[in-house]
Amino acid sequence: MSEQRTGAQIMCEALIREGVEVMFGIPGGAIMPFYHAMWEYKDQLHHVLVRHEQGGGHAAEGYARSTGRLGVCIGTSGPGATNLVTAISDAMMDSTPLLAITGQVYSSLLGKDAFQETDIVGITMPVTKHNYLVKDVNEIAYVLKEAIYLATTGRPGPVLVDITKDAMQARTIPNWDTKLKLPGYKPNYQGNQRQIRDAVNLLMSAEKPLIMAGNGVIMGNATGELLAFAERTGIPVITTLHGIGAIPEDHPLAIGMPGMHGWVHVNRAIQDCDVLLNIGSRFDDRVTGKVSTFAPKAKVIHVDIDPSEIGKNVKVTIPIVGDARQVLTAMAGELASRADLGNLQGKASDWMEHIREMQHKHQPKQQYHSRPKTKELMPHDVYAGLSAALNARGKYRLVSDVGQHQMWAAQLIDYRHGPRTHITSGGAGTMGFAVPAALGVAMAHPDETVWAVCGDGGFQMMNQEMITFIQEGVKNVKVVIINNGYLGMVRQWQELFEGRRYSGTPMVSPDFVKLAEAYGWKGLRVDHVNDVAGAIEEAYATDGPVLIEFRVEQEVNVFPMVPQGVSIGETITDIPKA
Amino acid sequence: MNKHTIVALMQDKPGALNRTVSLFRRRGFNIESLSVGHTETEGVSRMTMVVESADVEQVVKQLYRLIEVLKVSDVTADPTVEREMVVVKIHAPSEKRAEIVALSEVFGAKIVDVGASTMILEMTGAPSKVENFVDVIRPFGVKEMMRTGRIAMVRGARGHGAQAYENAENGHVAEPSAALN
Ligand SMILES: Cc1ncc(C[n+]2csc(CCOP(=O)(O)OP(=O)(O)O)c2C)c(N)n1
Repeated sequence: MSEQRTGAQIMCEALIREGVEVMFGIPGGAIMPFYHAMWEYKDQLHHVLVRHEQGGGHAAEGYARSTGRLGVCIGTSGPGATNLVTAISDAMMDSTPLLAITGQVYSSLLGKDAFQETDIVGITMPVTKHNYLVKDVNEIAYVLKEAIYLATTGRPGPVLVDITKDAMQARTIPNWDTKLKLPGYKPNYQGNQRQIRDAVNLLMSAEKPLIMAGNGVIMGNATGELLAFAERTGIPVITTLHGIGAIPEDHPLAIGMPGMHGWVHVNRAIQDCDVLLNIGSRFDDRVTGKVSTFAPKAKVIHVDIDPSEIGKNVKVTIPIVGDARQVLTAMAGELASRADLGNLQGKASDWMEHIREMQHKHQPKQQYHSRPKTKELMPHDVYAGLSAALNARGKYRLVSDVGQHQMWAAQLIDYRHGPRTHITSGGAGTMGFAVPAALGVAMAHPDETVWAVCGDGGFQMMNQEMITFIQEGVKNVKVVIINNGYLGMVRQWQELFEGRRYSGTPMVSPDFVKLAEAYGWKGLRVDHVNDVAGAIEEAYATDGPVLIEFRVEQEVNVFPMVPQGVSIGETITDIPKA
Repeated sequence: MNKHTIVALMQDKPGALNRTVSLFRRRGFNIESLSVGHTETEGVSRMTMVVESADVEQVVKQLYRLIEVLKVSDVTADPTVEREMVVVKIHAPSEKRAEIVALSEVFGAKIVDVGASTMILEMTGAPSKVENFVDVIRPFGVKEMMRTGRIAMVRGARGHGAQAYENAENGHVAEPSAALN
């Protein structure tokens, strides 16, 4: 392969060499040479035309989050590039391996406010793991290789490569063999052996040990190791929003989600525990509540691949910089020689019993564990139906949007089918995420059923991508809209903390069933609890995309709730009496 | 608010400085002085930065997230040699010149330009000494002044050699976790 190639051809070949099969984007002036070249490679490199670059970015995220592989999105210069920014920053917050390729104006026009010129490298600097401006055709092969390496290794993240049009048009003989030179980049996967031993010692001395599993366990493919470690020691496991799927939720050691909308018994367990082993979660403020009161009795072991996460929010007794899988394997190795393992198991089992008692005491009182006496359709009815159907059938992925419905999707569905089955925008909380992300998930998993659970608000931010499913012939998708007629989560805050001033939250929506039909989807509407299961069955029975609008009781709140800035020991489980 | 002196080694690439400075901007920290230049090793720059903030530990750790950053240290508490240079153009009528020359000698400053009614002086020294010099010279009438910002080097064998990064491939030396482990 020593022929000359255009920069654009080199881009295609570089992606193919790195195993990229699908990319999501929209063409335009500056990126046209890339689209020109794509034509020759279309059998290996499939381009999905989305309807908005943000949708393309989220689709690539969905692809990446559900597979652990790189997601690729494309935009042209100027608005095409800026439309990607939301998705890029979403990927940054959730450590998603994403490659964003943008076209840039001719290098001779850079800095001259040329048509559709935007300094996208400058704009995305704070929201990318790294980014590049490429002006020379000879750099393209190397930069794409380095970019993909950075996006997918260490703590994964988004990398943007902005390539000028003239670099794409120029010709050169690509050099594919340049070795990567990244002297400042060295992710530490192994973890320090001494600290690993210290961590195990600390756990051995615990009376009330707790494991908190986060995104790092999922991204690091460490769920098997986590389960093995938890089972060997008997230590209870809590899963953060992004840790969902790290342990099957029907496992005897799984106790649920912590934080703002975490279960009371989980938050209490955190407040009571004496050793907290956090693996791959970053102690987000939605998890810790008022951070100075978080886990007051606990010595904290924090395992993270990113050293800058450790000690950022919570004081740590034993820091371990490393990959979840390798560290858990090493910790399990330490257990082998421990004579006091039996002792730990005994203590952990007593502690577990105590947590279950708390759960039995608090859980039934928590809203909608028993159905309120109302004829209205409750959101909880929908989730009960979904949870039953998903677990009965398996082979599902659930993508949630952002808002109340997202928290219910985390709380009320029992995830028992492994990692990467629950996908949501956690760090950035990007409304509009679910529909396009579901596209990427569905394309990556054609033999599974992908459910996108949205609110009426978030759905309308990215619903244009419904037609992309049709154009691509993607059938394995079902969208659920929990239509409460409000921007529900904001309304909840207004109800609880803003004296019910419902400014900017009541929401008129189009006829979602007709909208679905206009897009060539099947549309269903459900108003009664008795019709929930039937609609879900119908969705499964339909060979094609289905949208189900559930018109639910409007002013329902997500409980339990820890108000912002309050200790997680002080959960509220109902509307405070004024 | 404390002043922190941070020394960083980074690859000499477009955007590297921007990214570094941005991390401080994000936190709203004011950068009091910044000085960057080549090192003994081609392709590696050394930066000295003085920032005012209560706590820079987190930013220092986050600097390691930047791909081009090779090594960062907060040397505030370390024994260092710190230097700054000032070039100052002052009002210097002939009757004042002898006095100016005498003062310059005391401070080890050099006279680098003499004009009809002005002189340009250059002085290098510890930041406090530069400060003194500027105070002393000010009454003559400063027309223009330029200071480089400080550069700092840790005394003794310990330090921040950049040679290690010559021909370095992936993560040859940088060990951000070493600080923690
Ligand atoms: C892009 C974006 N804009 C605004 C917000 C703030 N926000 C968070 S939740 C929410 C309400 C979401 O309403 P809806 O999609 O109807 O879902 P619900 O909460 O009712 O389930 C809003 C506006 C956000 N997270 N993302």
